Amino acid sequence: MSIGITSYGVYIPRYRIKVEEIARVWGDDPENIKRGLGVCEKSVPDMDEDTATIAVEAARNAIRRNNTNPKEVGAIYVGSESHPYVVKPTATIVAEAIGATPYLTAADFEFACKAGTAAIQACMGEVAAGFIEYGMAIGSDVSQAAPGDALEYTAAAGGAAYIIGKKNLIAEIEDTFSFTTDTPDFWRREGMSYPLHGGRFTGEPAYFRHIVSATKGLMEKIDVKPGDYDFVVFHQPNGKFPIRVAKKLGFTKEQIQPGLIVPTLGNTYSASSLISLAAVLDEAEQGSRILMTSFGSGAGSDSFSMVITEGIDEMRDKAPTVQELLKGARYLDYALYAKHKGVM
Amino acid sequence: MAVPRFWRNIPARYNLIGTKCLTCEKCYFPPRTTCPACRRAGKIEMHKFEGIGEVVTYTVIHSASEGFDRQTPYVLAIIRLDEGPCMTAQIVCDPNEIEIGMKVQSIFRKIAEEGPDGVICYGTKFAPKR
Ligand SMILES: [Zn+2]
Repeated sequence: MSIGITSYGVYIPRYRIKVEEIARVWGDDPENIKRGLGVCEKSVPDMDEDTATIAVEAARNAIRRNNTNPKEVGAIYVGSESHPYVVKPTATIVAEAIGATPYLTAADFEFACKAGTAAIQACMGEVAAGFIEYGMAIGSDVSQAAPGDALEYTAAAGGAAYIIGKKNLIAEIEDTFSFTTDTPDFWRREGMSYPLHGGRFTGEPAYFRHIVSATKGLMEKIDVKPGDYDFVVFHQPNGKFPIRVAKKLGFTKEQIQPGLIVPTLGNTYSASSLISLAAVLDEAEQGSRILMTSFGSGAGSDSFSMVITEGIDEMRDKAPTVQELLKGARYLDYALYAKHKGVM
Repeated sequence: MAVPRFWRNIPARYNLIGTKCLTCEKCYFPPRTTCPACRRAGKIEMHKFEGIGEVVTYTVIHSASEGFDRQTPYVLAIIRLDEGPCMTAQIVCDPNEIEIGMKVQSIFRKIAEEGPDGVICYGTKFAPKR
């Protein structure tokens, strides 16, 4: 019995701020930062956008793309580290706004940047067990970074929604494999506005160890090698880490390039690997094999192997592609950016 | 706005749910329980609007009431939905972009917050059609 993706939808706010503009305010050298991070600009939410509105727009694009009957969606899980309420699920707002209520289950997931892929795994389980017809997994974030912190150059906003089912698949998920440890590389305590991080500690023992272990574990489990894939997607906190981890695992630049969207989008946290996967689905062909591995601080990685099935061509154009959503950006100066973020 | 009133209006606010008279095909938003044209011959059913329409007229708000004052300047417009009825809503665009007759589409946004510890009201606004 095969389980997989039946539809997907993405949403990216239309505002951007360039690295030069942030660097101007803090007296940093923009070229140095762009070279170091591999990021040129990042998305910024409008003043009336938050994780819930972004999740709703992504979910509506997923429903629109293959004309899913929302009443057949039996579970909605929203992964984020910036849910608008501490108590009151974002998933209920999404369920109401796509017309899936009231006969479904819903919950919010949290696991730093990998909560959205954990939601996909939960949906896969319920679909496989026959509890639900379709499940919707969403990763959505309006990432917060303290003004002046290095994270301010990359913390962006965006969302992606995936419908998981057994019928009308556009991509069959062959298998999934996870790697999880207690690693305090990045955290935010209750009531605090901004997260803290362990500086250089976030690289080797966190991002690289978890992504490498999950990806290798998956490839061993289903007996494949890097050369068997057409596309590969890794979580993108910046433009450097995913390229380095790809090389480490034996993947080529050609395999990673189509999904590498962080240079003009920034790090969309829970949405990062999911928007990258969408960019790949926007151009993959029947038979294409894709590997995706997310990373969430704290820390863990979920790895997925999938193969594109027939039928993807007909539904692709029924909702905006990632490249279309990246077009028509409006650039903000730092003062307007601060107003958008509610800092002033 | 009181929480119960906001909650009761969620279907209309989130999804533009109105009504349609099956006898004369006229659509209503906000929803009406009877058709003023057909009276007792009217047959009313729920109708979900597509969310596409055009700007009939607009104004740019520079000084707003509490809760909206951070968003100024913003555009408030009367929109005629493709199915017929008119409604007032905020248009999310640059005040220089707006013009009468402009095609717009519905989007999901935050409408207001009852302070930092109150409920957040979400609902429909419009944006220039892509
Ligand atoms: Zn009538």
